[in-house]
Amino acid sequence: MSVQTIAAGQRAAMSARARDRLLNVISPLALLLLWELCARFHFIDTRFFPAPSSVFATLIEMLRSGDLLAHTAISLQRLAYGTIVGALPALILGIAMGLNRPIRALFDPLIAATYPVPKSAILPLALLIFGLGEGSKIFMVAIGVFFPMVINTTTGVLGISKIYLDVGRNYKASRWNTFWTIALPGALPVIVTGLKLGIGIGLVLIAVAEMVGARSGLGYLIWSAWSTFAVEEMYVGLFAIAIIGFLITLGLNELERVIIPWKPE
Amino acid sequence: MTRPPAENDAAEPLSRRPAIRIHDLRKDFGELVAIDRISLEIARGEFFMIVGPSGCGKTTLLRILAGLETITSGAIDIATPSSQRPANSMIFQGDSIFPWMTVWSNAAYGLKMRGASSAIIKEVVGHYLACTGLTRFAAYYPHQLSGGMRQRVAIARAFANDPEILLMDEPFSALDAQNRLLLQEELLRIWEEHKKTVVFITHSVDEAVFLGDRIMVMTAQPGRAKAFVPVPLARPRNIMELQKSAEYGELIANIWASLRDEVQRARRREQEMTS
Repeated sequence: MSVQTIAAGQRAAMSARARDRLLNVISPLALLLLWELCARFHFIDTRFFPAPSSVFATLIEMLRSGDLLAHTAISLQRLAYGTIVGALPALILGIAMGLNRPIRALFDPLIAATYPVPKSAILPLALLIFGLGEGSKIFMVAIGVFFPMVINTTTGVLGISKIYLDVGRNYKASRWNTFWTIALPGALPVIVTGLKLGIGIGLVLIAVAEMVGARSGLGYLIWSAWSTFAVEEMYVGLFAIAIIGFLITLGLNELERVIIPWKPE
Repeated sequence: MTRPPAENDAAEPLSRRPAIRIHDLRKDFGELVAIDRISLEIARGEFFMIVGPSGCGKTTLLRILAGLETITSGAIDIATPSSQRPANSMIFQGDSIFPWMTVWSNAAYGLKMRGASSAIIKEVVGHYLACTGLTRFAAYYPHQLSGGMRQRVAIARAFANDPEILLMDEPFSALDAQNRLLLQEELLRIWEEHKKTVVFITHSVDEAVFLGDRIMVMTAQPGRAKAFVPVPLARPRNIMELQKSAEYGELIANIWASLRDEVQRARRREQEMTS
């Protein structure tokens, strides 16, 4: 009797999950449909809100000419370099701050003071220092990734239960091994969250940076579409960024599952 | 920590030197005196038990032996006959195995930190996982195991490290009664094979008598040695047989009588502090 009840309960849970997935797909499709209808019947101004079908046609055209892929590739490349340049020092500094009190006391005020500065406000300074080349773009992404990474890494290391560090000391783990076998894996779940946040901010900043000082990239694409009033192209650029953000999130979730196999579901 | 060099011990054969010699130990935490005037010697291969009311400084004493706390005054001498082997391994109270490592990597941790060869790691870790009944779970992560199994991993990790002295801080206190009994028996079985020096903290008088060769009863804070009670029960011990013997019951009654005053004193102090 009770077994049957449990089985029924499981079926209900399964169907709830399937229903959630269905609703997840339905809501964006419904919005697109509504938008298409409103555009077709001129309920909205198609100069600002062109029909999804015409945006899609432009998308196909831009894919065929290779423009879209070229702009996407260069933006992704800047995002990747910037993430590496920002995340690696943040990781090392964050772990050092988490493990070592004097280092924490030294860097805490610097980070607390610079963190609230809006990163996009630094763009003119980045252009001044690094010029219009790749340097300024990579720097902007790096600075966006750096802060959430360093803050999360420090928090993650500080959050490691003291007992694990005692075990390390009792088993005579060297400084290097304490870093490698305790601090890094212990803080990894929080670090990966920091990386996700950081890349999200990096994506915002790369678009902004490309609008001002670039001749390529999705930010440039959107900006030049504005200046030539090619609204469909602008939407293509916006969709491309949205899809990149979505795919990166999916990819990082997958990465998290692989590198943190000990995290209970 | 002061560990005076053992120069004058040359005449004393290593095998007859005590494993641990503590002289007039004192440990303060600011104003608070945690441990006061403790002197004792623990023989090599002895299973030494410490019982005392909570907050009496037993864990502090163990952490001092593990090198995790400094001492305020006094002297500690821990014999280290072989430089190859580590002086001690501690089994902590509560979960202490790394959640991010598999059972195998956890058990191999000490050997890896010492840079042991992979052949030795394979042999030793394999042996102790078999001893603790964990062979089948070598690739599991701790969150997939029960509390009792996790504590067995901690035991395998400590034994695999092959230390001179095993320090155990209420290792079974978080377990249910059945699992505790099984693990106590397993621990005794492994210990009979290797006869390491063990310093074992517990708040359970039964556990102290079942496992130990000798029991130190500590006073409520500041922690002092109130009594040393030898346990002259033959080994290997069987809990069912022991519980029927008059000797066992008498030992428990004696130790409990000595401990009860201290527990009551500790409780009164707590009430004074909260009121």
